[in-house]
Amino acid sequence: MLPNPYLPIFALGLLAFLFACVSVTLATLVGPKRYNRAKLDAYECGIDPTPQPIGGGHFTIKYYLTAMLFIVFDIEIVFLYPWAVSFEALGLFAVIEVILFIVTVLCVYAFVWRRGGLEWD
Amino acid sequence: MNELTPTTPSPIAATEETLLWFGHDPLWLVILKVVGIFVILVLVVLFTIWLERRVVGRMQQRIGPNRTGPFGLLQSLMDGFKLAFKEEIFPTAADKAVYIIAPILSVVPAYMAWAVIPFGPEVSIFGQATPLQLTDFPVAVLYILAIASIGIYGIVLAGWASGSTYPLLGGLRSSAQMISYEIAMGLSFVAVFLFAGTMSTSSIVNGQVDLWFGLLVLPSFLIYATAMIGETNRAPFDLPEAESELVGGFHTEYSTMKFALFFLAEYINMVTVSAVAVTLFLGGWRAPFPISMWSGANEGWFPMIWFFLKIFIFIFVFIWLRGTLPRFRYDQFMRFGWKVLIPISVLWILIIAIIRGVSDEYGLTATPLAITAGFILTVAVLWILGRNVKRRRVKNLAENTIPEKFKPNSGGFPVPPLPGQEYRPARRTVVADVGAATDAGTTSVSEEVRGG
Repeated sequence: MLPNPYLPIFALGLLAFLFACVSVTLATLVGPKRYNRAKLDAYECGIDPTPQPIGGGHFTIKYYLTAMLFIVFDIEIVFLYPWAVSFEALGLFAVIEVILFIVTVLCVYAFVWRRGGLEWD
Repeated sequence: MNELTPTTPSPIAATEETLLWFGHDPLWLVILKVVGIFVILVLVVLFTIWLERRVVGRMQQRIGPNRTGPFGLLQSLMDGFKLAFKEEIFPTAADKAVYIIAPILSVVPAYMAWAVIPFGPEVSIFGQATPLQLTDFPVAVLYILAIASIGIYGIVLAGWASGSTYPLLGGLRSSAQMISYEIAMGLSFVAVFLFAGTMSTSSIVNGQVDLWFGLLVLPSFLIYATAMIGETNRAPFDLPEAESELVGGFHTEYSTMKFALFFLAEYINMVTVSAVAVTLFLGGWRAPFPISMWSGANEGWFPMIWFFLKIFIFIFVFIWLRGTLPRFRYDQFMRFGWKVLIPISVLWILIIAIIRGVSDEYGLTATPLAITAGFILTVAVLWILGRNVKRRRVKNLAENTIPEKFKPNSGGFPVPPLPGQEYRPARRTVVADVGAATDAGTTSVSEEVRGG
């Protein structure tokens, strides 16, 4: 018996993990081994690879901005889900509160939009 | 249920009574279900890859793979075997540990999301009554969202650990794209929870006996259907793998089964988002309308047929889109996600919350109002979007008219004449054309041809 409904997830996860581990190691066991330095270079369509700066490549700040905006909206969603699920118990009072909350987040959204935070040059 | 309710209030609400099905399976049944889900997923993915290649082939006036097995059905399986026997390559610039972990981190969550997908109602397996679903709990949809987000780590780490420029950019693009469209996706679920009153998948399917949520909250369904294509990095939103810009995207440096794992995860995710769409919006495993009049349609093993039929309709749409639409530009794609999908989702949540709250307060049923409002909002949004597209097209045409006079060096580099422009060769070219050498060359060639 597995009395806890959460435990079967780990059974599925374990099977998937074992399969993934076997797949990852399989090529080392059965694949051919023919050394060639060019094979180990980074692929850049045949030209010599661009040397990477220490600590990984650089990328535009826009990705950080997107990630931060995502967190703002994700938190909004986190607050909306419990309200939506227990809507019947909370009634009209909670509806008005949620509308106030959404309008507050929309103000932030409008601000970000006006300041060009949503533009991807 | 009856023994519990009179004295102590049950911890499970009336909307979530299907949750009582779960947590009673013996260990052998859990193992059987786990292996079953694993095998079904592998088969569905192999079939989907074959279907995609065949259908896209037909759409492009080709045949597609038809040599390996009947109708080429074994093609994807054989491709998998071939990848298993390829040489293992670790790029010198790669961070080896993360490079190996990334594909595992990508494929394991893809499988785990299927733990809470309902395939069917309660059936009897070797005398044991059990639902056709591995498990379920009150936060099942939240769990799907959470576990799907872990898959993003696999992609971004693969891009970062490869130590190469294209994968890095592909991985970043992929993660930015997935988190951008995850907001629209998450917001589209709110309306469903509002009417279902639960996040458990089996209960949501149970709540759609009379009316599919896809009809009840039409805008949410359409927003989800759009967001799920962005979420799975599929055409026309396949920017992380834009071949002309980024080669293969985050898996450029991957070979052997490690590449196959990414491929597998991508296709499982495609099936997963389709299954979630079916479960939350299209009545899950319940039979569609004309078939549902037959009382046996929703009992026993039959529901699995309806479930997979619905899933493959979505998969066909995925393939169809890939065969039809050109790829978005990255700025267009981000603008669509942040400036169109998100505001519409929020607006729709406000509308549906007011409708539901007011009709509950006055003891009315919210259903007809919600359907009408959803329909009106959908038509209005589509009309506005269509009008904007048309305006932009007219504006582009007005800006990009072809000038009458042909300038051979406009923009600082030589260009050919556009349609409608007259090509006047420069003086030097004219001299070369009428020169004796060219004439002689042409004659001799034609003589050779005649002689041969």
